[in-house]
Amino acid sequence: MNAERPIVDENVSRTELKTAVADAPLQHNHPDSLPPALETTVVKSWKAPIAFGIFSIIAILLFVVFGREGTSGFRLSTDSDFFQIPTIQAPTRATGIVLTVLLVALAAYSAFLVSRSRPVRLWVTVVFAVLFLVGFLTWASAGATIPVPGLLVGAVGLSVPLVFGALGGVISERVGVVNVAIEGQLLAGAFVSAIVASVTGQPVLGLLSAMAAGVLVSFVLAAFSIKYFVDQVIVGVVLNVLVTGLTSFLYSQVLSKNTELLNNSGTIRLPRLPIPGLSEIPILGPVLFRQTIIVYILYIAVAVVFFALFKTRWGLRLRAVGEHPQAADTVGINVARTRFWNVSLAGAIAGLGGAYFTMGSVGSFNKEMTAGAGFIALAAVIFGRWDPIRATLAALLFGFASNLQSVLSIIGSPVPSEFMLMLPYLVTIFAVAGVVGRVRGPAASGKPYIKS
Amino acid sequence: MKLELRGITKRFGALTANDHIDLTIEPGEIHCLLGENGAGKSTLMNVLYGLYKAEEGEILLDDVVQHFAGPGDAMAAGIGMVHQHFMLIPVFTVAENVMLGHEKTNAAGVLDLGAAREKVREISERFGFHVDPDALVDDLPVGVQQRVEIIKALSRDAKVLVFDEPTAVLTPQETDELMTIMRQLKAAGTSIVFITHKLREVREVADRITVIRLGKVVGEASPTATNAELASLMVGRAVELTVHKDPAQPGADAFVVSNLSVIDPHGQLVVNNVSFDVRAGEILAIAGVQGNGQTELTEAIMGLQSRVRGEITLDGKSIRGLSVKQVLASGIGFVPEDRKEDGLVGEFTIAENLMLDRSDGPPFVKAGTLQLNYLNEFAEQKSKEFDVRSQGITTPVGRLSGGNQQKVVLARELSRDLRLFMAAQPTRGIDVGSIEFVHKRIVATRDAGIPVIVVSTELDEVVALADRIAVMYRGTIVGIVPGDTPRDVLGLMMAGEVPDSVTSPPEGAAA
Repeated sequence: MNAERPIVDENVSRTELKTAVADAPLQHNHPDSLPPALETTVVKSWKAPIAFGIFSIIAILLFVVFGREGTSGFRLSTDSDFFQIPTIQAPTRATGIVLTVLLVALAAYSAFLVSRSRPVRLWVTVVFAVLFLVGFLTWASAGATIPVPGLLVGAVGLSVPLVFGALGGVISERVGVVNVAIEGQLLAGAFVSAIVASVTGQPVLGLLSAMAAGVLVSFVLAAFSIKYFVDQVIVGVVLNVLVTGLTSFLYSQVLSKNTELLNNSGTIRLPRLPIPGLSEIPILGPVLFRQTIIVYILYIAVAVVFFALFKTRWGLRLRAVGEHPQAADTVGINVARTRFWNVSLAGAIAGLGGAYFTMGSVGSFNKEMTAGAGFIALAAVIFGRWDPIRATLAALLFGFASNLQSVLSIIGSPVPSEFMLMLPYLVTIFAVAGVVGRVRGPAASGKPYIKS
Repeated sequence: MKLELRGITKRFGALTANDHIDLTIEPGEIHCLLGENGAGKSTLMNVLYGLYKAEEGEILLDDVVQHFAGPGDAMAAGIGMVHQHFMLIPVFTVAENVMLGHEKTNAAGVLDLGAAREKVREISERFGFHVDPDALVDDLPVGVQQRVEIIKALSRDAKVLVFDEPTAVLTPQETDELMTIMRQLKAAGTSIVFITHKLREVREVADRITVIRLGKVVGEASPTATNAELASLMVGRAVELTVHKDPAQPGADAFVVSNLSVIDPHGQLVVNNVSFDVRAGEILAIAGVQGNGQTELTEAIMGLQSRVRGEITLDGKSIRGLSVKQVLASGIGFVPEDRKEDGLVGEFTIAENLMLDRSDGPPFVKAGTLQLNYLNEFAEQKSKEFDVRSQGITTPVGRLSGGNQQKVVLARELSRDLRLFMAAQPTRGIDVGSIEFVHKRIVATRDAGIPVIVVSTELDEVVALADRIAVMYRGTIVGIVPGDTPRDVLGLMMAGEVPDSVTSPPEGAAA
């Protein structure tokens, strides 16, 4: 072992140069043991101040220059609450001016931060967004009253399928399969749950069948993308078209001819189950605790997925397969099987979200009733950075934007309804493109794992 | 544990990667598997590890025939592997990586991270690794990542440990430490299979040496064999291990980089205030371990990086901020480090690849039309000149061997009027014959009076080619030293230390 060292014959200078040499006991005193961070420089990003500036200008124009007279009302309580909070009445123009001043101040503060090479923290963005939103609502509701609980209840309602879809998306992408088929899974869940619940009269069977329908769609996605290495995005898109076509065909040929038996809203729709006590808290009660069983399942699902993804063996292996499948393979994890079953699980969750369209809200199936919710859920996955909690919040934001649109058109806002219809999608685009910036998804997402 | 491979044959289509290979690893020995790139060493080990299924042959552990359906079985039988490309999840912590695949959980299925941390600490302590179980693998230097791989294997009680080209990513000092670790493991009774193509390392650590060529065992050697003997056994003929070159005849400063910094999206200075110059007719080698800013430096010169500070001048004219096309037009020839990714279009023919960077005008394109006759003539001539071995100029480049692919890149880049030639990792992953050829062409380019930059992580190559050597470490140039600087000094510089002998300004820099 102590043979001569043929590497270097120039041993002369060796002793002077302090280092760990092989003959000495292993010493880790060279710089690699404690890696110094690379020197950094600050890349000034003016993105936030510029965006704040643009919105401040909009605020000045909208709330001050073209400000509307009158008072704006915000009703905060419903009749069945513990106690009643009086409706807030605010003078429209004065409130607008105050909020605009605050917005301009925040924009200036962010510009100051960036000029001093300091980061613009998230709370600045959040406060700015909330202030702008309040200002906009005040302006839009001049001379009318916005029912805040109603606005939020509706927002949650529209968010539920998005959250289910996003959870399915998170699981699927984390295991390495891009799930563009969320739309198809939602629609399949909606369709099958309606029929099963209508025919059997058993809501539980309806929910289970929705999950089964989502799983079936997932099976196709998984088989093609995992077994046959077909491009995952293409399979997903094709599946969406297929499910849309199939359900529309069956709807017009079968369901609409026998509505009483197959698409009966009387038997399909789930009852609301107010939770005693909790449901009487002002604002929160009606929003969160006067819901159907699907929504309560959702609360549990979000918590369970979050916990399991980061704290259990299942989650560790799932994430390993999505990040570096070959590494997972070399420690004895079956990559194809892990992907297959987790994509199926994702389909089950998304399918359950589909059941909300029929059993949770409308009560009957309609052609193409998911209306792109699957794609918004996909955006929520990215906006939420592949994290179940963040994705849920993103889905709630998108749901809120959708519902804001309908509430404002009901109370007669001055904004054209066509413009308002764009709102949810505008929010989605801005959220995903602007705010998220560069984020790293699961490294192997979308890439087939081909073993030789 | 005694490991025996008998008659292992593995085919990929028409290619026989392993042809009836017999190999016996005795308990507690370090057995070197020596062979060129593509000789079939890694394939053999992947068969052993259950990643590939062999067509013929059997694996025996302590004289018991094994049937490995996958890596899980191999690990359970006591075989561990330190892969050439680390099999670690970068976004996981060390403990999570070590526990992956055999996780301990409590009754509720929740991971027992405490036990994994303890295991990492215990093994780390036993061998003096100093690995923090809660560090993110992505944040660790490669040398430490390799130790995580070793811990991973040991945590599953590996009795036979396979190291697949473990030194490719290490500094010479880290390599020395790895050798020490191997000896420690051996002393603890672990059998070690050490795969490499570097003769120096083999002779230092091996108890026995098996040489593989073209998928066959061609002989055994003892660690006392000379480099020349081992090399000729490995290549199948006598090889020249040194490059013949006359002393450089450097002319005036031709290419000057001053205070160049490259900033990545996170604001890190991946190249940090780098200055150097290259004179006409000399080779400046940029040495350093992979990932110390060399890639970004070459990309910045080529106009491929967006956030660049400082100045780059070629023949007195600034080329900073020019587009890639303008940089090429100013006379820079560039061999990128990843020829399959950046150097060639695999599906294109040899001829098409030879005109890739000249598709916007004569002589290859006239009035928007490819001049196929001229192209074919050109391609035939260049194929001959650069000894590209193929079925013809219409062969897709992706089907060629690594060495022939590199010759195509070289032919394309050297066929223009150059003012600077820059080659990054010019001989990575190519056979010895091609290495000789590439080295000769690089020296010939220098002798034609063109400034040459060679970026290489292989110390052998640096020493063989360089007239002067700039060593990069963590984005900075540690020093610029003469080409005959001893290896151990270079090794230290690659680890970021500046030996006293180097601190004086290198001669030639002030010219």
